[in-house]
Amino acid sequence: MKTITEQKPIEEIMQYVDKCRWVHIIGCGTCATLCHTGGKSEVMELQRQLEAAGKKVSGWMVIPTACDELTADALREEAEAIDKADCIVAMTCAIGVQNIAIHMKDVKPVYPGLNTMFIGIEDRPGHFTEVCLQCASCVLGRTACVCPLVRCAKSLLNGPCGGSSGGRCEISPDVPCAWQIIYDRLVATGRLDEMEAIEPVKDWSVSVSGGPRMVDVDAECGIVRPKAEPEAAATKG
Amino acid sequence: MKAGTNLEKILESGKFAVTAEAGPPKGTSAAVIQRKAEMLRHCCDAVNITDNQTAIVRMSSLAGCVIARQAGVEPVMQMVVRDRNRLALQADILGAIALGVGNFLCLSGDHQKFGNHPQAKGVFDIDSIQLIQMMKQMRDEKKFLNGDEISGDVPMYIGAAANPFADPFEYRVKRLAKKVKAGVDFIQTQAVYDVPRFARYMKMACDMGLDKKVHVLAGVIPIRSLGMARYMRDYVSGVTVPDEIITRLEKAEKAKEEGVKIILDIIEQLKEIPGVHGIHIMAVGWEDIVQEMVEKAGLMPRPVL
Repeated sequence: MKTITEQKPIEEIMQYVDKCRWVHIIGCGTCATLCHTGGKSEVMELQRQLEAAGKKVSGWMVIPTACDELTADALREEAEAIDKADCIVAMTCAIGVQNIAIHMKDVKPVYPGLNTMFIGIEDRPGHFTEVCLQCASCVLGRTACVCPLVRCAKSLLNGPCGGSSGGRCEISPDVPCAWQIIYDRLVATGRLDEMEAIEPVKDWSVSVSGGPRMVDVDAECGIVRPKAEPEAAATKG
Repeated sequence: MKAGTNLEKILESGKFAVTAEAGPPKGTSAAVIQRKAEMLRHCCDAVNITDNQTAIVRMSSLAGCVIARQAGVEPVMQMVVRDRNRLALQADILGAIALGVGNFLCLSGDHQKFGNHPQAKGVFDIDSIQLIQMMKQMRDEKKFLNGDEISGDVPMYIGAAANPFADPFEYRVKRLAKKVKAGVDFIQTQAVYDVPRFARYMKMACDMGLDKKVHVLAGVIPIRSLGMARYMRDYVSGVTVPDEIITRLEKAEKAKEEGVKIILDIIEQLKEIPGVHGIHIMAVGWEDIVQEMVEKAGLMPRPVL
């Protein structure tokens, strides 16, 4: 699994740091390095651009994995350079940006240098595809391990729309039709009859529409979900 | 009778139905729909009012249906799942019925990328097959999707689209079967130019007994010019225009007249295909040709039931 990122336009980053004289830059040694968006060379390139725009860079570092708990240690080790800065530009995925902000304990502003695009897999060398919406009610068991929620432009759950042509999606000849792939796999494995069943409507309440998702993970019992709210609370409109 | 609409009566009595289409304006003028209604009133059994077709914002389908109805045309309210979630869809269904709409057409909708708000969030909370199922439940069980009771009757004649020309071809009839299983009453297909392929599709549908369970209206788009035919062949996804038609138009002195002849030839063939219970004419801005075409196809006057 990789978090796929792209660099923000330099103009947007310049707007963020407009009032700052000193800037500290943090990259990430994992996904952002792999994407060539927040590795050492990209961090140094941003330093060059900031300096060319008259900013001072108090220091930079590439944290091995900006989304994990060791980030706190890395920030402590770099405390001197960070203290000198008016803000931090994090060239990490959004998880890294937020992790850094949490560990900075609101001492100074943290700005993102990247757009976080999707969770992808490398389906052929150097090519990443979004494969999961993280919807919390996985349909892959009924769709031959292709997620139509993200791979179909209309998130259709009951087969291809009328725009599927020659294995391609109507939105672009570069986009494969997810349902053609599903169909081919089901045919190949003798399971085409499974496509006759009507997939029921999706429960989005456990997904992106249900508010922030949180769980407690207990070392002994695994995931501990918060207790469901009583029915009455849900009907208040 | 499920809704008692004219379209339902025509189809259920075994008569050959004719429907057409009218797009609401990119503005506030009721006159646009009234004008189209006047052109289509005598030659069609019902008229589809499109729902932000090609993902371009227009007057709402529901408002268009009410205006069409006042102008003496029975509407078919198109509903796409691209722009509304399950709450909004159900709310509009109730409102439409209260305002006298009886025919509905369940669609996914063209992707917003093709429209004039390509940055919009596509809703796609439920899909078109789930919409059919939801409508059937609302009508037959008088229950909302969540199981709550609906007060009052919910008469609906439920339609959907089918595209026999999309891929994978072998799956297309199975998808039709799925829509039948979900509870659809009538189907309007994508425009037919490749009649042999459509006949193969209908043969497969009849072999599965689907012609006994659903009324299929074959789609027809009048050809106005050679350029239009080429454009549809090259750029409209899900439409196939055989070379033979292009050649006929190229050779013709008056392409517009030849286009009408081609369509009349196609309609003649469609009438003979088992399982085809009507035609659906999508004139896309050329509504004034529809009456002439229906007349020449020998489908006038329309039956009064």
